Amino acid sequence: MLRAMTELSIQATDLVRNFGTRRAVNGVSLTLVAGDCLALFGPNGAGKTTLLRMLGGLLRPTSGSAAIEGIPLPGSADVRARVGLVSHQTMLYDALTARENVEFSARMYGVQDVRAAADEVLTRLGAASFADVRVRSLSRGMQQRVSVARAIVHSPSVLLADEPFTGLDAAGASALTGMLAALRDSGATIIIVTHNLDEALALCTAAAIMREGRFVRLDRAPIPAREEYTALYRELSVDAA
Amino acid sequence: MPPSTRVAPVHRRAPGFVGSTLAIARKDTLIELRSRSVILSALAFAVLAITIFFFAWDPTAVASIDLAPGVLWVIFTFSGLLGLHRSFGVEQPTRAMDALLAAPVDREAIYLGKLIANLAFVIVVQAISLPAVALLYNVPIGGYMWPLIGVVLLASVGLVAVGTLFSSMAVSTRLAELLLPLLALPFFVPVILPAAQATARLMNGRAVSEVSGYLSILAAFDVVFLVVCTLLYPYTLEQ
Repeated sequence: MLRAMTELSIQATDLVRNFGTRRAVNGVSLTLVAGDCLALFGPNGAGKTTLLRMLGGLLRPTSGSAAIEGIPLPGSADVRARVGLVSHQTMLYDALTARENVEFSARMYGVQDVRAAADEVLTRLGAASFADVRVRSLSRGMQQRVSVARAIVHSPSVLLADEPFTGLDAAGASALTGMLAALRDSGATIIIVTHNLDEALALCTAAAIMREGRFVRLDRAPIPAREEYTALYRELSVDAA
Repeated sequence: MPPSTRVAPVHRRAPGFVGSTLAIARKDTLIELRSRSVILSALAFAVLAITIFFFAWDPTAVASIDLAPGVLWVIFTFSGLLGLHRSFGVEQPTRAMDALLAAPVDREAIYLGKLIANLAFVIVVQAISLPAVALLYNVPIGGYMWPLIGVVLLASVGLVAVGTLFSSMAVSTRLAELLLPLLALPFFVPVILPAAQATARLMNGRAVSEVSGYLSILAAFDVVFLVVCTLLYPYTLEQ
């Protein structure tokens, strides 16, 4: 998956998505190259998840366009194979074990050595010790590790992660941060929707704040220091909300 | 930024249509074998229905041979609906369907994988209900068992094809339990009518050649429903 860090990865132009009369995303444009990691912040209802679902090909934009590695969305199987998706819901089958869930995902993405790929990603995320436990018996944090493993088992070149730190303890958050950094350094493009400024700012090369369906601020490296960014975030989102 | 160990590339190729279909069917079957929620609820319904029909039956007024085909197809139809309702329900609580839709598998493979798993559950319930009805109503089926199994299997394919499609449409609605039978039952009629007619004729000792027309009708509906439902399924996912 190692890619030139100038390769265009995600391109969105004037993306709009309406739900009935409500406009969830209102003219978002974005360009990210391989190796970019964008932290996306914003209050509830700002349109972050909707934007991610459009970029993941799960929602059709009302207007505007988006492309992953030059292939327009919502795209073919070819473009879906390049994307990994983490949602704030685990997207796991609770009657299956952690390993079975990850292996099923690997099969869906055409991974050739399903067992080895699942083992490696579960180990990297600190989930090997409960790999053969059914998901319904796992804590929320453990399920979240499995959910991330499911999303990246095929080594995606674009990872769209909606609240990936949900429910994780310190060790889990650290393992996830390490895994995301590894993906980023391998040339993957990552968008993380989160309220966790510490983890995201440490990891990302760009940060954006969304409000009422649009970007109200977009910073590329160097991103302002944490304290400064927290104040900006509060000013642009929390206070305004 | 934290230091990292790069991720090794994973070797992959486009997942094949048949491979994806079978993987989805295998996954659903495994989930059902562990939870047994569909089979147990369908079997409980079948046993209850057989018992209620049996105790409501007046053998001096209606011969068992006249009642059994109707009982059989009422049980097959409604126990099947119970199972079909759960078909897409396994993906609901954690939105696992989003993961399936985000994967590079054909939408048609998702539908067919679900259909195969549903067909397996329906056949298991039928394999238990059919001898139970034969035993309670004293209908000897040994002489025409294979033609009868043929009728049941052909009808099941049509019922499951339609039911799987409508289950996908109904699952995300608030009235899924109500909506599925409302949508599916009218489309079940062209399958259930010839199946019940063929079953009645076989149970009355008529020659297999007399039901071949019904078998052809069932096969034709199977082909139509399979093709149309497979082609329509991707449109039920549009958002």
